[in-house]
Amino acid sequence: MSRVTRAPAAAGPRLEGAGPAHAFVAVLWRDLYVTFKEFYAFLAQVILQPLFLLFVFGKILTSLGYATHAYAQLLFPGIMALTVVVTAIQAMAFPLVAEFGWTREIEDRLLAPMPTGLVAVEKVVFAALRAITATLLMIPIGIGVLGSIPWRWSGVPLLVAVVLLGALVGAGIGLLLGTLVQPNRINIVFSLVFTPLLFTGASQYPWPSLADLRWFQVITAMNPMTYVSEGLRAALVPRIPHIDAWICVVVLIAWTAALIVAGARGFYRRAIA
Amino acid sequence: MEPTRTRVRRHPVPSAAPGGADDAVVEVVELVKRYPGLPAPAVDRVSFEVRRGEVFGLLGPNGAGKTTTVGILTTLVRPTAGMARVGGIDVRTDPMRVRGLVAVVPQRNNLDRSLSIRQNLLFHAAYHGVPAAERAERAARLLEQFGLADRADDKPDFFSGGQSQRVMIARALMHSPLVLFLDEPTTGLDPAARLFVWDRLRELRDSGVTLVLTTHDMDEAAALADRVGIMDHGRLLALDTPEALTRSLPGSRTLDLTTDDGTDRVPEVLDALQTLPGVERVERVVPESPRGPGGGAGGDGAGRGRLRLRLYVSGDAPALVAPAAAVLDRCGLELSEVGIGVPSLEDVFIHLTGRALR
Repeated sequence: MSRVTRAPAAAGPRLEGAGPAHAFVAVLWRDLYVTFKEFYAFLAQVILQPLFLLFVFGKILTSLGYATHAYAQLLFPGIMALTVVVTAIQAMAFPLVAEFGWTREIEDRLLAPMPTGLVAVEKVVFAALRAITATLLMIPIGIGVLGSIPWRWSGVPLLVAVVLLGALVGAGIGLLLGTLVQPNRINIVFSLVFTPLLFTGASQYPWPSLADLRWFQVITAMNPMTYVSEGLRAALVPRIPHIDAWICVVVLIAWTAALIVAGARGFYRRAIA
Repeated sequence: MEPTRTRVRRHPVPSAAPGGADDAVVEVVELVKRYPGLPAPAVDRVSFEVRRGEVFGLLGPNGAGKTTTVGILTTLVRPTAGMARVGGIDVRTDPMRVRGLVAVVPQRNNLDRSLSIRQNLLFHAAYHGVPAAERAERAARLLEQFGLADRADDKPDFFSGGQSQRVMIARALMHSPLVLFLDEPTTGLDPAARLFVWDRLRELRDSGVTLVLTTHDMDEAAALADRVGIMDHGRLLALDTPEALTRSLPGSRTLDLTTDDGTDRVPEVLDALQTLPGVERVERVVPESPRGPGGGAGGDGAGRGRLRLRLYVSGDAPALVAPAAAVLDRCGLELSEVGIGVPSLEDVFIHLTGRALR
């Protein structure tokens, strides 16, 4: 075994150049690196569910005559919404529960020379990036499965804004779940959260059409995903009755702020004893 | 009991001039940590300093507050009161800068399972802003030094405890910390892995790295530490070199006596043994166990059970065995085990707390 050859500690830590921004980029790079390394796993993880939903509801049901082409057109923005929110939650909550719970992997990042809050911000940014990537992938997949997708260039700015907010809302939900849920409860909590979230988010139906089913309309109004679905319909298929775009954006901003603040608090509590 | 190892102790750090306050890389003053919902503080008014280049050991049983103290110094535990500084920087007001100065080898494996061993080292250095070229060169050197070069590109999933421990120490050194904190560095390791880690830590000490380690193993503290702080129930009970701590005990030898019965007659037996010539002090050794709610009294159901006594002896310890056996015999007790040794850190702990460490 070779003897120690390192410089004595008296040489001192040469860390003046290492600021929090540097640490932030390095931690984000670590997450991106791991994702790129397992890119196919990432694809399978994020694409299978929306792919099947699109295929069964948009393609199979329409070719069997149970649904119309028009339905496929309003379903597509809903599936995009579902993809962005669910992917962000998953990219956030699962790793967070594992890292705080049993792998303790996060400790090395919490000990990086950056404020604790910035570690949480990095997680949010990374989850949002993953969710946005998955959502953009839905465009070629939609074209492939449905033959064509509703598209409006003039709706793209709204689409970008709503996808971004949807990714942040999802990351916020994930941050909150990931820091509040004890590792041994993760299975039960996730099934209790995910299924209702998936089906009350106006992904498979436009919200105004629920007018005759008032109680359900009220429930769906409480799901932030509803405003992502409706916002994307406003961007891509505005002729279908939908919640006004500005309402969607305002509600999503409010949800994002509330979830990130609450999630960051939970994160801090888990990180610092 | 094991005899204390003779070892050549390094000379004091040359710059340790009297009053060299800037020599303290870790300063802890009246530190307190209370966890909500717990009646007793985990750390209770603890004060100490660690000097540059020193190996400082915190010795005590599980739950003594060692890990919490290290947690505060490494910024992941917020102190309730008191002051803690690393490299002159307050952990409470500027934790971010303290993080740049310290490195931590935790009790539990927290390696990044998505990365190979080498990448664990490289990314850690990147978090700390070490330039890329330097990172690669340092990682190669540390992997070699810690005997990990041939497994550098494996993921840590199937590493043994000893290997993981080596990886975590190597990782911690990647950003040349001012102080390296090791929390129970060899707990759970097999003897060979433990000796390997000890050798690496000695090398680090010789190269001038300041080490703070916690341990519940008196051999480890005696083998590695320049100074040892003994902790129990959140309090720092004593702090000195291992030699000075053991010197502070009465007598130059210890004589351990065990009987199979007699826990109901402790004061009587203690008084009788105390009168023997050459006996400086007699203590009862209670095995380490959580204290009952009532304090000292309970535990020995109806006087049954083994009674272990330690005699600190100034003269010829073997010559005392027969008189001691006679004393026990007069008390109606039969001697079942005898041990002779040199006072060790464990005796210091027993002396301070009345309980054995393990």
